[in-house]
Amino acid sequence: MSTRKIFKRNQGATSSPKSRLLGLATLLGLVTLFVFAFFLTDPDVRLHPTTGEEIGQFDAVRLLYLHVPMAIIGPYVAPLVGAVASVGYLIKRTQWWDVTAHAAIEVGAIFCGLVLLTGSIWGRPVWNTWWEWGDVRLMTTLILFLMLLGYLALRRVAPDGQKQARRSAIVAIVAAINLPIINRSVEWWESRTLHQKSTLSELKIEDLTFFTLMMGIVVFLMLFTWLVLHRFRLGWLEKESLEQDVLTSIEERRSEATVNEEGTL
Amino acid sequence: MKDLRIEIRSRVIVNQVAPFAVLVLVLFGFALDADQRTLRLFAPGLFWVAILLCLLLAVQRSVSLEVINDSLLGLKMAGLSPSSIFLGKAMAVFVQMIFLELFLTGGVIIFYGASIDDLALWIVSGLVAALALSATGTLYGALASGLEVRETLLPILLLPVLAPVLIGATKAYSGALGESVTNGWQWTGLLSLFALAALALGAMAYGVLVEE
Repeated sequence: MSTRKIFKRNQGATSSPKSRLLGLATLLGLVTLFVFAFFLTDPDVRLHPTTGEEIGQFDAVRLLYLHVPMAIIGPYVAPLVGAVASVGYLIKRTQWWDVTAHAAIEVGAIFCGLVLLTGSIWGRPVWNTWWEWGDVRLMTTLILFLMLLGYLALRRVAPDGQKQARRSAIVAIVAAINLPIINRSVEWWESRTLHQKSTLSELKIEDLTFFTLMMGIVVFLMLFTWLVLHRFRLGWLEKESLEQDVLTSIEERRSEATVNEEGTL
Repeated sequence: MKDLRIEIRSRVIVNQVAPFAVLVLVLFGFALDADQRTLRLFAPGLFWVAILLCLLLAVQRSVSLEVINDSLLGLKMAGLSPSSIFLGKAMAVFVQMIFLELFLTGGVIIFYGASIDDLALWIVSGLVAALALSATGTLYGALASGLEVRETLLPILLLPVLAPVLIGATKAYSGALGESVTNGWQWTGLLSLFALAALALGAMAYGVLVEE
């Protein structure tokens, strides 16, 4: 069933007045965030205590206003939502949980990919490398990203609804349980790490920077919710239309059979 | 049940998978264009990568056996609980992995000039890693079974999950083969944790999967 057909059935959209409002708010939030991140905040420039040289991340720091919020959602929030929904599915066995898990993980995979991409672009000028093997969070995110892709691949090929839902749920749960183990193993594997140990807790960063970062997190959480909501509705319609197709063809065969019977009579 | 399975499968493992494993070792040698010193240094990692590739083959084989004879149905009808079917299948893969590990250890000793420094660590970490691999492999084999794209789907599902095992087993073997001063026992602990979690999860999840 093509997406276009689903849209037609639902009078053209997967939106409702409330989700439209959320979408609009998110859009405004994103624009504001971009203005703050790219124009209003200062670049990260400090003076070296002894030589007086200019050091710091300069303009590259602006990318963090996008990277950090996505890094909270992609590798943490989304897989958690996905795993919880998968457990919910195995207990309740209803389509609602299954479609929720799928939506959260699909959006999460996109965020994970973007986190890796923005992190890499940021790392080039700041760490002077595209990729750092010794970094725990980087490696964990990459492996998680691959596991999420595996989940999506399974969803694409698994046969009917029930089977697909059961298998996907198990993959999501195993991925979530495995995540801390991967993290621990990579941490032991290379005990050194380039990643900044939570700068937020030290509260050394300036007010405007802090505000922008917080705003980024809120805006991206809104974006995540909006995307998952729409993906959920699309997934739901997809399932419904599949069922509808089956019912219609049963109905058709039945009416054909009646016609034949009448014809012979 | 287990013994029968091993008996049926062992010929494939000996005739095809084991030579494949040696082939992988030789290919690494070609690819790295290396003298024995380099190869010996990387022997633990190359060893476990070769084992992972063999695991994929062994799991594919284990799954396809079920499909050909529809033997899963038979086992279910014989009144076996899903978790014992899982444990049985995992044990069969486990035995194959142990066999391959022994075989390949011979390979790295001969081709790469490796030597075993810490026998106890080598034995324990090898056993625990094989357990982790076979339990996870069996669970994921069931996840991918019955699908037309099984062969291509299994690696992408299974390999990322096994990342900690690869890291842990490589580190433990580095210690056991005396290639680096790592705390191999700490890694063996992590492997044991993984193996236990995989066995428990697999035994629980298998029931959900064979409902079909």
